[in-house]
Order: sequence, then C-alpha cells, then structure tokens
Amino acid sequence: MSEQSKPARPLSPHIQIYRWTLTMMLSILHRATGVALYAGTALMAWWLLAAASGPEAYAHVQAVSSAWYGRLVLFGYTWALFHHMFGGIRHFIWDTGRGFDLKHVEILARITAFVPPLLTLGVWIAAYAYLGVL
Amino acid sequence: MADMRTPLSRARGLGSAKKGTEHFWMQRVTALANIPLTVFLVGALVVHAGSDYTTMTGFLGHPFIGVVMLLLIFSACYHMRLGLQVVIEDYVHGEATKLLALIANQFFTLTIAVACALAVAKLVIG
Repeated sequence: MSEQSKPARPLSPHIQIYRWTLTMMLSILHRATGVALYAGTALMAWWLLAAASGPEAYAHVQAVSSAWYGRLVLFGYTWALFHHMFGGIRHFIWDTGRGFDLKHVEILARITAFVPPLLTLGVWIAAYAYLGVL
Repeated sequence: MADMRTPLSRARGLGSAKKGTEHFWMQRVTALANIPLTVFLVGALVVHAGSDYTTMTGFLGHPFIGVVMLLLIFSACYHMRLGLQVVIEDYVHGEATKLLALIANQFFTLTIAVACALAVAKLVIG
C-alpha cells in the first residue's frame, strides 16, 4: 500500500492481543516447520553431494550426523517433516470442504499436534534398533 | 466493454499473470507427491541408520532408488519454492527487498534441486 493511501483509522489487533489456541499455534507451526524444512534441504544436498564425492567427504557427514548436536538437528528435522505432513493432510481434508465445524477442527488439531511427536519417537526408536543400540 | 480492473490494478499496470490457479494447484500436487516420497526417504534412512559408505552408496546407486530420489528432489524443491514465495509475499513489504527475496528463493531452490539431482545421477551412473 502506498504512503498517501494509508488510512487514519484503527487497525485490527495483532496476534499478541489474542488468547492462544491450539489451532492458532498449529497454523504458525505449519509455516515455521515449512521454513525450517526449506533450510533443511541444504543438509540433504550436503549428504547427497558427499555420498557422490567419496568416502572422505561422506565421513564428515557421518561425523556430524552421529554427534549429539547432529542427532538433535535430525530429530527436529524428523518432527518438522511429520508435523508439516500432518498439517498438509489436514489442509487436504479442508480442501474437500469437510471438517470446518468446531468439533472436527478441534479433533484434527489434536491429531496434528500429538501424532507427529509419537511418530518421530517411533522412527528414532526404530533407527536406534537398526543401529544395534537397542 | 467496461474495464473490470480495480484502480489499484490499473495504477500498478502489472496486468494479468495468466497463471490463474496454477500456484494453488501445483502446491497441492507436489504436497500429495511429497507424502509417499518423504515416507520412503525416512524409511530408507531408518533402515540404513548403521550403514557404512559402501552400503549407503550402493543403495543410492540403484536405478530404482535413483528414480524415487529424483522425484522427491523435484517435488520437494518445487513445493518449497511455492511455499516460501507465499511467506515472502506475506511478510516482506518493501518492493525492492521483496523482489530480491523472491529471486533468491528461485535461485536457492533451483540450486538445491540441481545439486541433489547431480549427486543422485553420479551415484546411479558414475
């Protein structure tokens, strides 16, 4: 909007005014995880390029990904992926025109919030089992 | 015929992008494709959690895996380009900064896609 057309009337309040709700938090998290996954693809590129470059380059990736901070980032990456995926599926349901009533909005919100962390834990337990740690 | 455009639209003079619902549609198509593709990648990474260099490159070098990886790379990069474009349009209001951010978004996503695709191609063919 150009400067001269800025209206001299009160604007609608911004997010800090409102009481926090689960649906609101999920809306923000969907964007945040999307942006995080965007940046995270640089890690995927690093991993694939290292694998294509040779054993020495790949050893660097393995060193970082097996360190505690690497694991922490990958754990967060896994959660962001599942969270964004479940958020996307929720949007697919809405795209069909279903699930807009309060009851279903709340049910879908709870699934989106609580299933991805469980799936993330499941994936990491499975990964540690394949590692032979468990 | 009467001009149906808004005064703001006429002032900007950008015209129609002739894209219609393409952004919305491709965002959904790539989102749908991303579901099985990322589930596949996560599953593969779990199974290969303890794999060494030879096993991992052997796996990634299989043509079938290469096809899935390429599909994942293109679908994910397309999807994230559309996604970040919307984020930029929502939050970056300065015209010059917005344009630069949108261009940077195009450059970044294409660079990631090309880098990953080249790596996969080398693992399969090289």
